[in-house]
Amino acid sequence: MPYLSLKGLKGKLIAVEGPDGVGRSTHIESLQEWLEVQGYGVLTTGWTRSELMSKTIASAKQGNILDPWSYSLLYATDFADRLEHQIIPALRSGFVVLADRYIYTAFARNVVRGCDRQWIRDVFSFAIVPDLVCYLRIDVDTLALRVIETKGMNYWESGMDMRLGADLYDSFKKYQGLIIEEFDKLAEEFGFQVVDARRPPEEIQEALRARILPVLKEGRTKRISKADADKVAAEKATLEKATVLSVEKPAEKPVEKTAEKQSAPAKEPATTG
Amino acid sequence: MTTPPKSPFLSAHPYPGKLIVVEGIDGSGKSTQLSLLRKWLESKGSNIFFTEWNSSALVKETTKRGKKTKILTPMTFSLLHATDFANRLYHQILPPLKAGMIVLADRYMYTAFARDAVRGVSHSWVRQLYSFAIKPDIAFYFRVPIDVSLSRLLTGTRAELKYYEAGMDLGLSQNLVESFKIFQSRTLAEYDKIVDEFGLTVMDATLEIDEQQEQVRDIVSKALATYKPKRGTHAKREEVFWRRFALPEPEGAQGEADRG
Repeated sequence: MPYLSLKGLKGKLIAVEGPDGVGRSTHIESLQEWLEVQGYGVLTTGWTRSELMSKTIASAKQGNILDPWSYSLLYATDFADRLEHQIIPALRSGFVVLADRYIYTAFARNVVRGCDRQWIRDVFSFAIVPDLVCYLRIDVDTLALRVIETKGMNYWESGMDMRLGADLYDSFKKYQGLIIEEFDKLAEEFGFQVVDARRPPEEIQEALRARILPVLKEGRTKRISKADADKVAAEKATLEKATVLSVEKPAEKPVEKTAEKQSAPAKEPATTG
Repeated sequence: MTTPPKSPFLSAHPYPGKLIVVEGIDGSGKSTQLSLLRKWLESKGSNIFFTEWNSSALVKETTKRGKKTKILTPMTFSLLHATDFANRLYHQILPPLKAGMIVLADRYMYTAFARDAVRGVSHSWVRQLYSFAIKPDIAFYFRVPIDVSLSRLLTGTRAELKYYEAGMDLGLSQNLVESFKIFQSRTLAEYDKIVDEFGLTVMDATLEIDEQQEQVRDIVSKALATYKPKRGTHAKREEVFWRRFALPEPEGAQGEADRG
């Protein structure tokens, strides 16, 4: 988005990915609670929940008017709307943004639906790269059991539009199996933090928190401007009070490291061209 | 940004049908010319399919809602139009082309290339976005100076300027007419680049309507020289040109029963 400045995004963007029914939303709810108790401002944003598009997508799913391109582009529009109206403003104000699904969901679904791998990445090239992507990884057998036990299988989550199997169950297993396969590839390519989602929810939550914590700490050092960093260094050198600082910010590294991190392109758009 | 992305829409499509599109700024008269072309082709017995920019049921409502509440950003504006285009390409344009028929499109992807560029969206990104599109057989560009198009819009059949047509979302000017002038002249400049890039057929849109139409028909005839029109299914379609002159059905019990 050449017309938008992405400078000064001091918040943290944390995405949670994983197949349908793995428990993303439940965990994000708990994470929000946990972060807010610690005093962080939190915004959660979910796939298809934009003001502009949520109704459109819901009504499009009612009928069979979705071809693979429109399908992808509807989600891209939804994402762009949330990016500009929710995610970027929140990051600018220093919020922790928890994204229930991110562009990788689109990548995975699009490839499974037989669209061009490169095209969907080009379409989403305006997205900003998250500070952390947690991937709730599960095998398709466990997932099928979990979904049946909770909300049941539905048409779209079973990929019934793709005619992969004779009934919901067969189709679900084939479709979600392919999705998981794609996610696994993406996890490697984009360096997701993989969390084993076959374990009990408390353990999963614990694992998620353990991965998020360092990212928030990293934010503390990154938030300091260069001038401030110098000042802190000077203080550190001269005053014994430096110990207080390091208690507050255990992750605080020497100045050189801080400056380096500032220039790290953590918040630049994914566009390279 | 230096090397343009590989565009699949630079090579001809493989289908037996023909795709003819018109482009130009608002008030260039392109829609008038296209509907005259349609009449002519239909009078020659061809089955014509017609599709219009931003008209798919899927996103029309959303665009309308977004425009009303003014929450559209250049990005979502661009993506919504691409969604509409993808939907129409898949449902309205490709099937008739594959069946060997003629499709006329009022505006095509070049409209997005021009408008989105003016709205500040990346050139190369928009082209990548539309890379699933196909190249038309003929793409007419109706070139017209701003003042002519403006006076047509203000005195013509519509007699009003619309918010997004005038690029009011860009905050160019508080004055609608002023904003229209700035926005459309920037669009014109973008179109000029696109003409070269994609080899559009430029028409002088300041000429009289019939003069332009004569040239249009001439170019189309040449392009259709090898084209064998598909016809003869006698399928009932709405809006057939010569139906207009049919006499009203005599009233009778039979007719009433049929209608009920």
